[in-house]
Amino acid sequence: MDAAAPSPDAPALPRRLRDWFEGRGWAPHPHQLALLARARLGGADLLIAPTGAGKTLAGFLPSLAALIENPAPGLHTLYVSPLKALAADIRRNLEGPARDMALPIRIEDRTGDTRASVKARQRRDPPHILLTTPESLALLVASEHAGETFRGLKAVVVDEAHALAESKRGDQLALCLARLDTLAPGHRRVGLSATTEDPEGLARWLAPDGCRLLRAPDGPDPDIAILDDAGDPPWSGMGGRYAVRAIYERVKAARTTLIFINTRALAELFFRALWEVNADNLPIGLHHGSLGREARQRVEAAMAAGELRAVVCTSSLDLGVDWGDVDLVIQVGAPKGVKRLVQRIGRANHRFDAPSRALVVPANRLEVLECRAALEAVREGRLDGEPRALGRLDVLCQHILLVACAGPFEADALFAEVRRAGPYAALDREDFDRCLDFCATGGYALRAYDEWRRLMQAPDGLWRLRDPRAARRLRMNVGVIVEAETLKVQAGSRRGGGRLLGEVEEAFAATLSPGDTFLIGGEVVRFEGLREMSLQVTKAPGRDPKIPVFAGGKLPISTLLAERVMAMLNAPEQWSALPAPVADWLRLHAARSGMPRADDLLVETFPRAGRWFMAAWGFAGRNAHQTLGLLATRRMEALGLAPLGFLANDYAVLVWSLDPVDDPAPIFAREGLAEGLEQWLAETSVMKRAFRQVAVVSGLVQRRLPGEVKSGRQATFSSDILYDTLRKYDPGHLMLAITRAEAQRGLVDFERVEAMLDRIGGRIRHIRSPRMTPLCAPLMMEMGREKVPGAAEDRLLEEEVEALVAEAEGRA
Amino acid sequence: MNIAARFPIPASEGLFFRLAGREVAARPSGALWVPELGLMAVADLHLGKAERMARRGGALLPPYECAETLARLEAEIAALRPACVVCVGDSFDDDLAARALDGEACDRLAALARGRRWIWVSGNHDPATPCLPGEAVAEHDATHPDASAGGPLVFRHIAAPGAAPGEVSGHYHPAATLAPHGRRIRRRCFLEDGRRVILPAFGAFTGGLCATDAAFNPLLGPGARALLVGSRVIAAPRSALSGRAG
Repeated sequence: MDAAAPSPDAPALPRRLRDWFEGRGWAPHPHQLALLARARLGGADLLIAPTGAGKTLAGFLPSLAALIENPAPGLHTLYVSPLKALAADIRRNLEGPARDMALPIRIEDRTGDTRASVKARQRRDPPHILLTTPESLALLVASEHAGETFRGLKAVVVDEAHALAESKRGDQLALCLARLDTLAPGHRRVGLSATTEDPEGLARWLAPDGCRLLRAPDGPDPDIAILDDAGDPPWSGMGGRYAVRAIYERVKAARTTLIFINTRALAELFFRALWEVNADNLPIGLHHGSLGREARQRVEAAMAAGELRAVVCTSSLDLGVDWGDVDLVIQVGAPKGVKRLVQRIGRANHRFDAPSRALVVPANRLEVLECRAALEAVREGRLDGEPRALGRLDVLCQHILLVACAGPFEADALFAEVRRAGPYAALDREDFDRCLDFCATGGYALRAYDEWRRLMQAPDGLWRLRDPRAARRLRMNVGVIVEAETLKVQAGSRRGGGRLLGEVEEAFAATLSPGDTFLIGGEVVRFEGLREMSLQVTKAPGRDPKIPVFAGGKLPISTLLAERVMAMLNAPEQWSALPAPVADWLRLHAARSGMPRADDLLVETFPRAGRWFMAAWGFAGRNAHQTLGLLATRRMEALGLAPLGFLANDYAVLVWSLDPVDDPAPIFAREGLAEGLEQWLAETSVMKRAFRQVAVVSGLVQRRLPGEVKSGRQATFSSDILYDTLRKYDPGHLMLAITRAEAQRGLVDFERVEAMLDRIGGRIRHIRSPRMTPLCAPLMMEMGREKVPGAAEDRLLEEEVEALVAEAEGRA
Repeated sequence: MNIAARFPIPASEGLFFRLAGREVAARPSGALWVPELGLMAVADLHLGKAERMARRGGALLPPYECAETLARLEAEIAALRPACVVCVGDSFDDDLAARALDGEACDRLAALARGRRWIWVSGNHDPATPCLPGEAVAEHDATHPDASAGGPLVFRHIAAPGAAPGEVSGHYHPAATLAPHGRRIRRRCFLEDGRRVILPAFGAFTGGLCATDAAFNPLLGPGARALLVGSRVIAAPRSALSGRAG
């Protein structure tokens, strides 16, 4: 990697730009000048720089310089960011200098919020610089005018490339970038990224045919510590509420604090707890993805105006507009990944030269180790990351359909183009052809509708839409994020309407009866009734609320962190540095049992309260352990050990049964595990959930548009039905293959189960203990919260009906 | 964990209830069985739905729904051996779908209709007469020779407000959602109040209208029940469902 020293042959800044810098008493950073120099070479560049290093200006400098020389009309530079807000913010930040320098150029943004008339005008008469999101870009590319719009394009700037590359949206963007290369050959591409563990991989994602790397010097080391004056963390729990007073004191002492919490539900609870100790009435806000857009925008605006002293937030604020005033970041709960922690820390002091100040608050005793491990990794500059996934085929299906919306295409040419997109560089022709076949005919083994194809191949060999009117519907399906089914929550009069507080998932809504109270947006509200598919609520302060269920949020611990925690567990000489209760706890465990190690699997068994327990310390992360637990209980069932339930966390899986496990080896044997998984997966709701996403993204079913009322109409039916039908009649169908791959990668995380089994290589260390071992204590405390597993839906339903009847008759 | 294996659920013949004084059964399949008439009724088969959606430029759904719906019908007819089968409307997703039914599906339908009375009640999707074996009618009256056994049963596609007791209809595809232990379970269901019954959709590719929807209010009395179908039939008072969200 090159150091970003200004090279002697660096081009001088155009006079107007130099004057502008000097007029503010600024000097361009060396990496900004270096990028300007490289821009002359064309091709692709990736700039990796810490927050506050003037990344965005670096990305635009070459464009501004070129536009100063020649402000010819037409689209010159396209900027893509993962956030609408960022696109709008960058526009404002660029308009200032453009005005100051009296540049005769137009800078506009284009997102889902842009008015249709503006969009139409932008297509006819594009601005010089257009700022947009991956979804809006996909729509532009799918327009029949795409060729004209992009003809003169000179540069594409991809902001927050590290964040985009890790998501499905990154697959879509990469495909669109490859398309742009076809539409406007020879334009430059610049990626801007925060610090990342795999710069070369990110460069290949951005431009697989070759991409130069440029790294800005790191800023000063962050001032980061574990919060140590909050008392001892509890045995179990995730919310960190024990530390709320200590955190409040830190908030009081700082100017502006960002408090990151790992899940939305925990954020709601912590926010509430913080307000309970907020004796000074400090302005403290809440921000997470399930709040209404207005509520979120209010908090963002107040933050930008410097009106808030703290915001409790989730990953919803991992990215976003810079707030220079943030001088403290607090991470509540173990960060689960080092990279995530580093990026969150970077949200404090968005200035290049000032160190970021951050505190990490372990939520329980084991997390004390995890937080220390994360801090050490940050200090050593070790970042974690999962291997970069290959491009998803459901996204490719959507892309093929969008390309067809823009006009006829040739399959060979499109295949070649798709392979120029980073995530699809290794795509084979067979998979491409299956996707094309799916788009054209549905890809079914039974060819039922040859006359009703979606795409037709004309005698000239070109593929086109059978019915051009379908383009409108296909464009409406753009996007790769499929939200969980949610219902809006509105506060107001009993007559309906009122303020939008946020959204809750349908599954949670279904558990509510009128009069129930729950927490949303930091407020306790009472459920009054359902009206036009939104939950009508009234405020009910002071009541004890239920906690809404929000999907996602619980990311598993990274492999790097898990390895480091295991290393700490096996280094007793370091335990004295730990808080005394934690050190004592580990010593007690070491005396009674053994420590989990990386080179074998520690399995502990012990009796308690008439049951037998087995803890397997796999350190493979929550999702993998969940899967391992399901597979282990199935095997125990087959062995006649009468398993009753299990519980998984990031470190271990705990199974309880009527009979003891004498030999754990067959339960964790690798042989046959994948087959067991296949069989179990097919029956589980995990697959149906994954299928729904895949079906929407690939265009098998139509996306429900935001704001569209979920009609109770009998005409629409659930994607579960399609899943069951395909499983029965067309088990080899592409959609099922994609679904399996998605489920194994995400929620099921079978890859990590296998990686763990590889690591232990069949070595199982079985320790029989006469009683519960100390490390198991937190797991045992979580046991009460476990749900009923298994498929006994009818029994559950009957019990529910009995309860309902009892309620209706006033017996409950 | 296999709780089902620990507490085996007995196979069920369906749940019997009285409709205008007659003993009828809600079958786990979603069919209605009238033992004393040897009559089986199914509603809303929506045969040809995938084909119709594709024809109209919509999604290319798996073209197996016809085979699946027919397989369900065959299983139910084999189990009950009815003397008469009444399809209570929307048997085809539209008239074109009925004509476009492939040869194999036509043969299977013909085999099912052989040796028994087969009645197609027309629905809003399929108003015209299907060109298939059986009688096509706007409504079907089934009166038992022994009138003391109860009043006549009338089969029509859409329930008529104020109809005489003994009405059997479809059209709405009722379904109910319960959330035991916070776990959301949605099932197709019958809705009955002793005077009329609204059948769940029998077809494979059919959605559902929530049993608590206001559209049912003018049709059902206060004692109405939802009979949820699945591996067996479970009855829940409709009033206990109402007010629940989702």
